[in-house]
Amino acid sequence: MTETAAHAVLRGVTRVYPGASQVHALGPIDLDIAKGEFFSVVGPSGCGKSTLLDVLAGLNPPSAGTIVFEGKPVAGSVPDGVGVVFQEDASFPWLTVRDNVAFGLRRLGMDAAEIARRVDYAVGFMGLADFAGAYPAQLSGGMRQRVCIARTLVLQPRLILLDEPFGALDQQTRLLMGDELLRLWRETGATVLLITHALDEAAMLSDRVGVMSSRPGRFIDLVETGWPRDRDSRIVSDAAFGAVTARLWSSLRTESMKAIGRG
Amino acid sequence: MTRSTRILRARWGVSLGLIVLLEVACRTGLVPPLAVLPPSEMAAAMVELLTTEEVLANVAATFSTVAVAFLGAVLIGFAVGVALHGIPRLRRAIDPLLASYYSVPIFVFYPLLVALFGLGALPLIAIGFLAALPAMLIATLLGLDRVPPVLRRVARMHRLGPARTAALVILPAALPNLFQGIKLSLAYAFIGVIAGEFILSGGGLGYAIAYAYESFDNRTMYGLMLFVLLSAVVSNTLLSAWESRLQRRRGRG
Ligand SMILES: Nc1ncnc2c1ncn2[C@@H]1O[C@H](COP(=O)(O)OP(=O)(O)O)[C@@H](O)[C@H]1O
Ligand SMILES: [Mg+2]
Repeated sequence: MTETAAHAVLRGVTRVYPGASQVHALGPIDLDIAKGEFFSVVGPSGCGKSTLLDVLAGLNPPSAGTIVFEGKPVAGSVPDGVGVVFQEDASFPWLTVRDNVAFGLRRLGMDAAEIARRVDYAVGFMGLADFAGAYPAQLSGGMRQRVCIARTLVLQPRLILLDEPFGALDQQTRLLMGDELLRLWRETGATVLLITHALDEAAMLSDRVGVMSSRPGRFIDLVETGWPRDRDSRIVSDAAFGAVTARLWSSLRTESMKAIGRG
Repeated sequence: MTRSTRILRARWGVSLGLIVLLEVACRTGLVPPLAVLPPSEMAAAMVELLTTEEVLANVAATFSTVAVAFLGAVLIGFAVGVALHGIPRLRRAIDPLLASYYSVPIFVFYPLLVALFGLGALPLIAIGFLAALPAMLIATLLGLDRVPPVLRRVARMHRLGPARTAALVILPAALPNLFQGIKLSLAYAFIGVIAGEFILSGGGLGYAIAYAYESFDNRTMYGLMLFVLLSAVVSNTLLSAWESRLQRRRGRG
């Protein structure tokens, strides 16, 4: 990774949740994410992954440290060009799939024909074309998550942050959605930060995987995969894939044991 | 036939059955005709009454009083609910009062209201308003509580300001609860106003029923009672229909 092309830079980023209990959730974190990089974060549950996403997106302020996105400090609000897909179901139940996806574009005052074009594309891309007129309550959890992904994608963010977006999907669908995500990443040239609890998913999709310690989360290993840009899920049969997954697991094993109280 | 139409038919069936039963009981003398009018007579009396100017004036008085009390309670209940939601400390102080509000028979304060506002529509509006206000306030608080926090984060991700967040995200998310509040407020306002007229008033449907009762005018009394009953049922049915259309729009009908 080259120093010059850093898209997002984190220095000494720490987050302590204020309040009586003062939970030290994250950091300090130092990280450079390159422009166009596919970066994944794995770590035991509760280690601060979602907190990292919040802070990087400008949804929560860091307690200490700085975040710079495209050369400008992130402070107090979500910068233009950053799109987030949240871990929880965040679809709007009062809007159809199409209106959910169009939500952000309408707010930007874009003209109707352009909105329709982009929405149709994103809805089709996410395999929701047959459900464009349906309401979220009529969809499965996995489909609702795809609605949220589409709603973020239509904004054409330059940095996409995804928090366990495929958590509600079965293994086969996960692999296919992973392929779609890779295709999207290639087509748009966006930088992707993916939080996942699935080591194989991280190993298959990423240029680089950050392994986090148990809370307070810090990076204990950064694994470069060295995959070609035009990879897809078939890489799981590659011998190198096994090696990457094994390395992730050996880094994570001790931390995961700590997280379940056997450390 | 869907489940909901089956339920609807059952409901109508039961209601009709009870009416027919009452009719038969009255006609056969099982129920003394001086105590209860047969339903068909009630309906005939109601139709006749609704052509008299005096009754129409009472209907207009009651309905307009209810409308003012109801709209006031919905608007102010909503506004106070929003404000209280934004001030958690004040809310913690007030919550126990709200919770016990409906255990206080507010009608005991009616003489006080009359002393304050005189004998016109004002004390009636006040009692309808006071009966309806907490229902809307509580529903507003509940609705705002139940907005999933992640939706506020989605709004921030879309870089919406506070006004657009409220209008485009918070309000629609809270709407089902707000609707509950609106329905309850109408019912409470109606009950409050009619009861107020009953106790101490010179006009309105409640007064007319009390007057007919005191002058042993059963026909008028039952005709008016039927009208009040139908008004409550019809207004509630209309609001429910509107509500279920809203729910269907969310795919949960
Ligand atoms: N709003 C909050 N207030 C206090 N503590 C929090 C809050 N959000 C998360 N935490 C705590 O911070 C830690 C990290 O949470 P999170 O970032 O959600 O972890 P992860 O996404 O890795 O599972 C957890 O211990 C969690 O309980
Ligand atoms: Mg999380």
